[in-house]
Amino acid sequence: MFDLISFIPRAVVQGIPLLFGSTGETLTEKSGNLNLGIPGIMYVGAISGVIGAFFYEQSGAASPFLTVAIPLCSSLLGSLLMGLIYCFLTVTLRANQNVSGLALTTFGVGIGNFFGGSLIKLSGADVPSIALSATSARFHQSLPIASGLGWFGKLFLSYGFLAYTAVIIALVAAYILRHTRVGLHLRAVGESPNTADAAGIDVGRYKYAATCIGSMVAGLGGLYYVMDYASGVWSNNAFGDRGWLAIALVIFTIWRPNVGVLASFLFGGLYILHMYIPSGMNLAVKELYKMLPYVVTIIVLVISSMRNKRENQPPASLGLAYFREER
Amino acid sequence: MDNKIPAVTMRNITKRFGTKVVANDKVWLDIYRGEILALLGENGSGKTTLMNMLSGIYFPDEGEIAIDGKEVVIRSPKDAFDLGIGMIHQHFKLVDVLTAAENIVLGLPGKLDLKAASKKIREICQTYGFDVDPDQKIYDMSVSQKQTVEIVKVLYRGADILILDEPTAVLTPQETDKLFAVLRNMRNDGKAVVIITHKMHEVEDLSDRVAILRHGQFIGDMPTKSTNAQEMTNMMVGHAVTLNIERPEPKDPKPRVEVKGLTVRSIDGILKLDDVSFTAYSGEILGIAGISGCGQKELLESIAGLQPVEAGSICYVEDDGTREELIGKDPLSIQEMGVSLSFVPEDRLGMGLVGNMDLSDNMMLRSFRRGRSIFTDRKSPHKLAEDVVRDLEVSTPSVSTPVRRLSGGNVQKVLVGREIASAPTVLLTAYAVRGLDINSSYTIYDLINRQKADGVAVIYVGEDLDVLLELADRILVLCGGKVSGIVPGRGAKKRDVGMMMTKLGGNAHE
Repeated sequence: MFDLISFIPRAVVQGIPLLFGSTGETLTEKSGNLNLGIPGIMYVGAISGVIGAFFYEQSGAASPFLTVAIPLCSSLLGSLLMGLIYCFLTVTLRANQNVSGLALTTFGVGIGNFFGGSLIKLSGADVPSIALSATSARFHQSLPIASGLGWFGKLFLSYGFLAYTAVIIALVAAYILRHTRVGLHLRAVGESPNTADAAGIDVGRYKYAATCIGSMVAGLGGLYYVMDYASGVWSNNAFGDRGWLAIALVIFTIWRPNVGVLASFLFGGLYILHMYIPSGMNLAVKELYKMLPYVVTIIVLVISSMRNKRENQPPASLGLAYFREER
Repeated sequence: MDNKIPAVTMRNITKRFGTKVVANDKVWLDIYRGEILALLGENGSGKTTLMNMLSGIYFPDEGEIAIDGKEVVIRSPKDAFDLGIGMIHQHFKLVDVLTAAENIVLGLPGKLDLKAASKKIREICQTYGFDVDPDQKIYDMSVSQKQTVEIVKVLYRGADILILDEPTAVLTPQETDKLFAVLRNMRNDGKAVVIITHKMHEVEDLSDRVAILRHGQFIGDMPTKSTNAQEMTNMMVGHAVTLNIERPEPKDPKPRVEVKGLTVRSIDGILKLDDVSFTAYSGEILGIAGISGCGQKELLESIAGLQPVEAGSICYVEDDGTREELIGKDPLSIQEMGVSLSFVPEDRLGMGLVGNMDLSDNMMLRSFRRGRSIFTDRKSPHKLAEDVVRDLEVSTPSVSTPVRRLSGGNVQKVLVGREIASAPTVLLTAYAVRGLDINSSYTIYDLINRQKADGVAVIYVGEDLDVLLELADRILVLCGGKVSGIVPGRGAKKRDVGMMMTKLGGNAHE
């Protein structure tokens, strides 16, 4: 029998990193920047948090506030730097976005593994991983009343604070995009930068701001993964292909962060479905189940292209650099 | 008028693109309130560039701009708005997926309140007699609706200096009349209006004063009343031009293309051509008239083999009387038979030329299949490109410049020049002079006449009825996909043809 009460919370915690990543990428893409560096940025967000937490734990202090604040700030700083690199390349220097993004992903994964490996050496552990249990406990802490509320508590209240942050950020982002002037301007920049420019909107500033904020949000996904989902255990390459899944999720949600909330949980569920479907010893079947999120994305792409509704298309100038005096 | 302070004073304005192209060279220009100024010049003479500097899109390399006598620096479009300058660009600056209201408030500060905005938009519409639905999406709008949104956008921002870049290029005559009425309203309201146009009768009809640019230099300005089309054209071109189109008698016309009962449906199942029959003769220009979207495009594409045909036949007749059916053949073999299509779409690029490729490479699009080896022949296209540039006076830094960097008129010359160079027996051309200045237009008419003299059957789809009446030997009038009538070009009355365009058979049946 399929145990929904234990399946759903696991799907949710799988989905949260994707939700961070896709909200960040949606904000970025709305400004016309196709940031394929998101997997690398999430990786850097994770390792920066780990570095901060590692040195704070090593120092022996244990202030509850700083235990959370230091990894959080170092993670945000790390992913902000990555976002700035991407913006400098694609907005200021007008380099090709695909190439810059892919390079950034390779770079980010490299950085993560390099510092990850160094920290493992510093800690002197005999397993190839670092455990940050004190920090993780803070990130993982759920409301104390949750355990007393049966299935309700398990489904809705059993998560760490970052999970709720992810949902709130996604909803706020959706509201800003749809109902505020800043959102209107951002959409205009992504759809038609020269129109936005002629309307007196500072295109470069919007691209920078959206991409950097998007990177920081995505970076939080990495932090959540390592501190909450993985219980503070960092090992190289454990993050896997979640970054790419987050980018697929952007397309799946047709650039709507509020849709992303449920869609990310669906993706999370699909991602771990293979553990819940009895497939015996046949590993090939498991691999097939692991493909599901991507198959679903392709189906959504097919359907949204066939319906051909203009609102459901990617921002019109996605992937293009903007130069005002271009002829 | 002379003792008034100009709303805008531009002095010694110079703008360069790269090191080679000087778009504006020490231009002086005054714009007054309560006056409509027509800015004239050939394609690439720097009219748009000059106005772009006023609206903050470009920044001048040298020179001063003063508004109401006070010197200002316009660094960005926002600065221009703050000074009350609004420009309606030739290529509309609108975001397709947003509504009219969202587009109109784009870039303004403050809280987003679309309801209040819609109310203010309706007020503006009432004052000037526009018809805009604030909640309609731009992609659902016709070209003239989009233009109206642009104008409302500028007025919404409280602009009192309006610049319109070729606003009538995409409008029907009725829409043009409506626009001009609005512009006169604005002038009487004390606003300064600048209009860039190529159409002489519009200049004479609308403007109070004309200013003329040539090769980026300011030639002069004068009240419209004290000049005439001939003088303005001479100033634009720099030497005397005759404003008559030649129309030699067709020599030895023979049937070349016979179209019978042609019926075409669009993908959505809409009837685009309904039972169209006619014959095009060699050595003759067959003009096609009609309101835009009446099946002109489908007709040409059917002949060129680009459009699936539902019923009817298209026969290619050779000099010795051999007939060959064109329907069912692929475009390539039709082209090899000597049928050549040059269609100039609204955005000029898009059909026929690749914007990012240079002139020689675009020439090669026609010839790359020739030759035996696996390598392409690059020499002859290069030479052809040089010939076209020389013969048609294309202004370009070199033949290795990407086509998208050329101004619109020059792009068209390249396209038409290439099609003619392939020595066709049938030349299909649509909107060959769309957006071209008067001198380039005459160059194109000349080219088409030379083809006619060589015995080519020319099918010419035009939007300017005056030109069709002067150029074509016979005029086929389309109305809603049906043939409304075929009249001889000599002696045809503009009014009659106009009636036939809007009603099948025109007055004849009444």
